[in-house]
Amino acid sequence: MTEISTTAKLEVGERLWAGSMTAITLLLVGVVVYTSAHWGFYPPSQVETIDSTSLHEGGEFSEANLGTVIAPDGSAVVRVVAQQYAFVPDCLVVPAGKPVTIRLASADVVHGFLVQGTNVNAMVVPGYVTTVHTMFKDPGERLMPCHEFCGVGHQAMWARVRVVEPSSFPSDANNKQKAVSCAP
Amino acid sequence: MLRSSRLVLSHFWLAFATFAGSVVLGAWQMWARSPLHGGPADPELYYRSVTAHGTALAYVFPTLIAMGFGYAVSVSALDRPLRGEKLAWTGFALVLVGTLMSVLAVASGNSSVLYTFYPPLTGSPFYYLGVVLVVVGSWFWAGLMVYNMVVWKREHPGERVPLAMYGTVANALLWVWTSVGAALELLFQILPMALGWTSTVDAGLARTLFSWTLHPIVYFWLLPAYVAFYTLLPRAAGAPLYSDRMGRVAFVLFLVVGMPVGIHHLFADPHIGTGFKFLHTVFTAGVAIPTLLTVGGITLSLEVAGRLRGGRGLFGWVGALPWGRPMVLATALALVMLGFGGASGLINMSYTLDMTIHNTQWVTAHFHLIFAGTVVIMYFAIAYELWPHLTGHPLRSAKLACVQLWLWFIGIIVVTFPWHVVGLMGQPRRMSSYDWSHPALAGQGPLVSMSAIGGFIVLLSAALLIVILLRSQGGERVEVGALRYARALDDAAPLPRALNTLGVWFGLMVALTVVNFGYPIAQSFVLKHNQVPPQSVLVGK
Repeated sequence: MTEISTTAKLEVGERLWAGSMTAITLLLVGVVVYTSAHWGFYPPSQVETIDSTSLHEGGEFSEANLGTVIAPDGSAVVRVVAQQYAFVPDCLVVPAGKPVTIRLASADVVHGFLVQGTNVNAMVVPGYVTTVHTMFKDPGERLMPCHEFCGVGHQAMWARVRVVEPSSFPSDANNKQKAVSCAP
Repeated sequence: MLRSSRLVLSHFWLAFATFAGSVVLGAWQMWARSPLHGGPADPELYYRSVTAHGTALAYVFPTLIAMGFGYAVSVSALDRPLRGEKLAWTGFALVLVGTLMSVLAVASGNSSVLYTFYPPLTGSPFYYLGVVLVVVGSWFWAGLMVYNMVVWKREHPGERVPLAMYGTVANALLWVWTSVGAALELLFQILPMALGWTSTVDAGLARTLFSWTLHPIVYFWLLPAYVAFYTLLPRAAGAPLYSDRMGRVAFVLFLVVGMPVGIHHLFADPHIGTGFKFLHTVFTAGVAIPTLLTVGGITLSLEVAGRLRGGRGLFGWVGALPWGRPMVLATALALVMLGFGGASGLINMSYTLDMTIHNTQWVTAHFHLIFAGTVVIMYFAIAYELWPHLTGHPLRSAKLACVQLWLWFIGIIVVTFPWHVVGLMGQPRRMSSYDWSHPALAGQGPLVSMSAIGGFIVLLSAALLIVILLRSQGGERVEVGALRYARALDDAAPLPRALNTLGVWFGLMVALTVVNFGYPIAQSFVLKHNQVPPQSVLVGK
């Protein structure tokens, strides 16, 4: 084999491999785009800020507002404050099969949260509000740990999410005056 | 003996000493949080340990290996003494002092912020200053790598830069620009806060700047392994490299595409818009290309070697490879781990799938497979390859080295596979203890115990590494000859000028960084209420 044809052969092999690898990569990006658009599934990205030092002084995240409020259409909004080393409230009650919006703010450092067995998973960065839209299909209780290191008590920061049938939802939640939770 | 062998050896020994200590901590952490421990670990000690483990293994160990290996490549591939050896020693001294400073600050218990810093959590300024010194020390190295290549090119007009040096300098340039993100965060946000000069910080901006560094830093760790794949492995296997040009394309792609991807760590963050998250998904996918190119090029080179050694048939060449050579064995094991780790990486880069596993033990599993697995096993192979050239004594022994590599591989698999599973079950990472009696967590206990056993296998392998390296410092002397690199099948083919230079690619990387990070950083200065006060780690103890 002459030198020229060796080089030519190498080039064909190289191009074939490089081309197919690029195609696979493009396909993967295509899958991300399709699934995201198809299910309307986007990461929490509102870029909404909030003064983290005055959460308790009134406003959306004041104590009376923390917990779940049900809108007339049956959907729920849950407001939670994450702080060293607990979520307030530490037991969230939500209706099954209804759209649920969870809004969180941190009172101190970076926290995170996920609800086990679901896709609910986001960071809570002080100074910003995290908003997650979801729906819990089946009634039951799930754990909700903090998943970002937040200090020496991080391992103690676990909350619960209680998913109940909309019919058995605490009636207080419907009159919008008071948010409810299952925290003791 | 290699030129500058004292310099290179000093880097490797400091690297492996740091590594050995950190592996002890890692194994302890896995045991302490597992059901085997029989009760919750002391969280205070646990988070000190995690901070030390992460800091040493992310900032010190791979940096020293990249530096030491880089100097070795420079003197051998360019076949001339290192220019600026005094500056090289200065860089080494800075890394040493910085490491001691950080480790002491962490040991004292006032800096348990973990290696990711994440303000407004605040530790001792000495901890952060130590990290800064390590990075500044590595910048001396990066500058020397560029300088040595540039002068060599001027003295050898028209000649191609040896691939090993080309890859090394690409990595040096990647690192210099990559480290700027965390450097800005440390110098303008964290240190002023830790020293009490400022009373607030934008925690979102800090995370964005950190993500600038903490993804491409992974490619900085990885590229010395890739240099070994392309230039040391084929020789060890007994064949030429399949394609020199493909290697150059891979290094250049890492430099350009590998940089602006870090926001994939922030998919679940509230302070970055969906558009930028998507953009970083696309670029992260792009990084798969140089990796897949490398896997192809290296496998083809191994096939050529296997066939030259008499291997026949579709897979017969695999058995014909010289498996008793540490470099060959390590590469094969590294590629297996890269396969699994790369697959989990493709899941992490997708902002839809990421929601299922973000910040769970899955992520820890992913980066331990890639870093502790693929990358570190190649660091071992590089050390085994260099050792006789550095010490003048033969490796004692290649057989023992292969046992060590197998143990490491098995240990890392046993550590990380159960982690993937508990991650999918929703186990959060970075916790000192879990309530194993809770019915929702009890099922994860046995898996966590299994991975803790893997941790002890890894520890055993690390101990064996130190024994082999120490043993190979003594005994009879041998003349090992010069450190040589693989020739490539396409060495005679013309090389496009762009693949013999790096400046244009560096410029492209900087420009892409501005596009991909410019707005997410600039928004911090327009937003209101995004500033929050620091929170000392000592409060609430």
